[in-house]
Amino acid sequence: MLKDITIGQYYPGKSPIHHMDPRMKIVITFAYIVMLFVAKNAWGFGVGIAFLIAAYLISGVPGKMALKSLKPIIPIVVFTTVLNMFFIDGNPLWQWGFLKITDKGISMAIMMAIRIVCLIAGTSLLTYTTSPIVLTDGLERLMSPLKRIKVPVHELAMMMTIALRFIPTLIEETDKIMNAQKARGADLESGKLLQRVKALIPVLIPLFVSAFRRADELALAMECRCYRGGEGRTRMKQLKMHGRDVVSALVTTVCIAGVIVLNIFIRPIF
Amino acid sequence: MSVIKTEHLTYTYNGGSPFEKVAVDDVNLEIEQGELVGIIGHTGSGKSTLIQHFNGLVKPTAGKVYIDGRDIWENPKDIRRIRFQVGLVFQYPEYQLFEETVYKDIAYGPTNIGLSKEEIDERVREAAMFVGLRESTLEKSPFELSGGQKRRVAIAGVIAMRPEVLILDEPTAGLDPKGRDKILGQIKQYHEAQKNTVLIVSHSMEDVAKYCQKALVMNQSKVFLYDTIENVFSHTEELSAMGLAVPQVTRIFHALGARGVEVNPDIFTVEAGREELLKLLAAHHVRKGGAARA
Amino acid sequence: MEVFAKLENIIKVQDVSYAYTAEGNAANVLEHVSLAVPRGQFVAVLGHNGSGKSTLAKLCNAILTPSEGVVYVDGVDTRDEEMIYEIRQNVGMVFQNPDNQIVATIVEEDVAFALENLGVEPKEMRKRVDDALKEVGMYDYREHAPHQLSGGQKQRVAIAGIIAMRPACIVLDEPTAMLDPKGRREVLKTIRGLNRDYGITVVLITHYMDEAAKADRVVVVDNGRVILDDTPKNVFSHVEKLKGVGLDVPQSTELIYELRKAGYPVDSHIIDEEACVNEILRLLEE
Repeated sequence: MLKDITIGQYYPGKSPIHHMDPRMKIVITFAYIVMLFVAKNAWGFGVGIAFLIAAYLISGVPGKMALKSLKPIIPIVVFTTVLNMFFIDGNPLWQWGFLKITDKGISMAIMMAIRIVCLIAGTSLLTYTTSPIVLTDGLERLMSPLKRIKVPVHELAMMMTIALRFIPTLIEETDKIMNAQKARGADLESGKLLQRVKALIPVLIPLFVSAFRRADELALAMECRCYRGGEGRTRMKQLKMHGRDVVSALVTTVCIAGVIVLNIFIRPIF
Repeated sequence: MSVIKTEHLTYTYNGGSPFEKVAVDDVNLEIEQGELVGIIGHTGSGKSTLIQHFNGLVKPTAGKVYIDGRDIWENPKDIRRIRFQVGLVFQYPEYQLFEETVYKDIAYGPTNIGLSKEEIDERVREAAMFVGLRESTLEKSPFELSGGQKRRVAIAGVIAMRPEVLILDEPTAGLDPKGRDKILGQIKQYHEAQKNTVLIVSHSMEDVAKYCQKALVMNQSKVFLYDTIENVFSHTEELSAMGLAVPQVTRIFHALGARGVEVNPDIFTVEAGREELLKLLAAHHVRKGGAARA
Repeated sequence: MEVFAKLENIIKVQDVSYAYTAEGNAANVLEHVSLAVPRGQFVAVLGHNGSGKSTLAKLCNAILTPSEGVVYVDGVDTRDEEMIYEIRQNVGMVFQNPDNQIVATIVEEDVAFALENLGVEPKEMRKRVDDALKEVGMYDYREHAPHQLSGGQKQRVAIAGIIAMRPACIVLDEPTAMLDPKGRREVLKTIRGLNRDYGITVVLITHYMDEAAKADRVVVVDNGRVILDDTPKNVFSHVEKLKGVGLDVPQSTELIYELRKAGYPVDSHIIDEEACVNEILRLLEE
């Protein structure tokens, strides 16, 4: 059934990482991406991989989940690896016609593959340990300085929140409408692509009509509860940095510093 | 012959996962052709899942469903044919309307059957008549009608398929008393005219008592009772324990009985109650020496 | 505003007419309606769909303003745009569809929504949210997602979101129309509790007569006019009139009414089972 689909990829848990301030998690995720791009040698990547593994272990999110997040990007990894392997100049190790593999090509390919894999697994950990709503909240507060230059941060966050709130409702509604039309003999499963798209019209129109009706009613209910945009608004849940946030910020800083130091003292791969 | 028959019908949600839930549990049922049945049971009792088995929208986890003596899942590719045979009107069916005109919307089902234009036209007009829609309404957009009218259009959309069995899931939900009586009255008339089988899911025991011949009570995924209205409502205590209140008038007559008055306890409608009381009072006054009424 | 702070009537509708002016045809939905709701009262407004009862509700918290006449909320004219948030805070509104009035993805955050809009301090807010959730009996569900709740539970969350504003009055527009009997019972119990235990004025708009039978006062609206306004017992004694405007009466009232029509001397002011049984017994003992 459609309604069994979960929103986002939040993996509920009670680990220190789950309880971290979302703002810090977002900042650290960005720092980690920077770390991956700063790294220039095997030791640097070693730090990056160790950091990721440690984070996964602390979070209690099974490694299986990390692999799951990597599944969709396998083609990209394969593509870039092949590209790097064959098209980077260096000392040829193997050659057949115009195809050749060089030592530099191999090391570059491995490095890019590690980078992409770590990047995806790392950002996935953010979404595994932070529910979409907390993430939205964190982003809203991180970006609040942008309000000064007229970026509608509150409005965007409110839209996101409402979207998240209504996804399960609309999924359930789609399910109901599909069943109702099937009961009137709609054939939604067979036929050519064009026929199938056409067959969806009886589902889509009621769905849109209903979404607009809901939007109307929701707007009214929000007005009744004195909603007037972001101005003068307070929040019940105040985000607070705790010891664990400070510690993880320190650890991350040390790791980045470490990667830079390793770059300087150990010969780059190429 | 029974038009709907189930054998050990069982349906399990999320089978194999920790969220496994049995929604329909070993249901054996035979519904005769031409009956008007009220299906009652509180939310989560399995009644909605059960009715979706009758037209093949849900495939049983175990057991069989027979329509007109034929196993509907014998040939899964043929399942759409069952949907025309057993018409199902969902709760709040007005939210499924999508066409430009009422006429086209009612014609959607018959068109899916693949009927000729003339046949479709005949059926659309007939269905519109059953639910009391005027000729002039047929050319309007369904979105400009009132809530009650929209619902009648949606019901007509299923009736137009001329199903052998018509199932309605809470057709009166959210309607006011006037709208409710109108729709139930029309369904009853339709049933009398077509002489086909009609199943109505309802939360209102009063409505079931007033309009239906038989009642099917679902409780905790099982059929608790399937019998005539009299026999079902005589289980007042058990029904109340399930959270299904019998009609107030029935409770009044049970209370009178408990207080020592010799009354027929099988009173389910105000009309029947009135007859019973008048009979009782007349007898009482005769006994008292024919004292005149006030 | 101090002068008006303790006004006897929380809502005062004075000779109000209202017309929706869509597409030029300005038919009046309400015609010269006058109604005063004293503090602490539980008023049921009965009427069939399209009788104008929802419009009346929306006039009570400045969602709509009258075409003619004046509506006062705690002495404030609802046309006063400066006071709009005070008015809406004072008269909270709950709608029919529980799904379409819950904004947040977590119960307690939804209850906090109005308070966040009003700029209440976080500490004070936490307390008010917890209190509101306890008052509707949903405190244990504070961390649930709305879609995991039943209809009745969602509606109670919506009510909590309103009472967290500490309004003097709540107007509920058919809050039980989309619920199953269990949900209806839960919501009604909650509403009655708020009225009885916390002194909140309740205006319950409904077409279920059994809900109206338990109010202090019943106002019947038909065709944009108030046709009856009295205690439930007195209102329901007008069986013919109510049926004439497409409404029901309790079965006990109808049964007694039938006996009366048949010429038996019975009290027509009967709206519950117990009284009905007693009246019949009395008749049999005569």
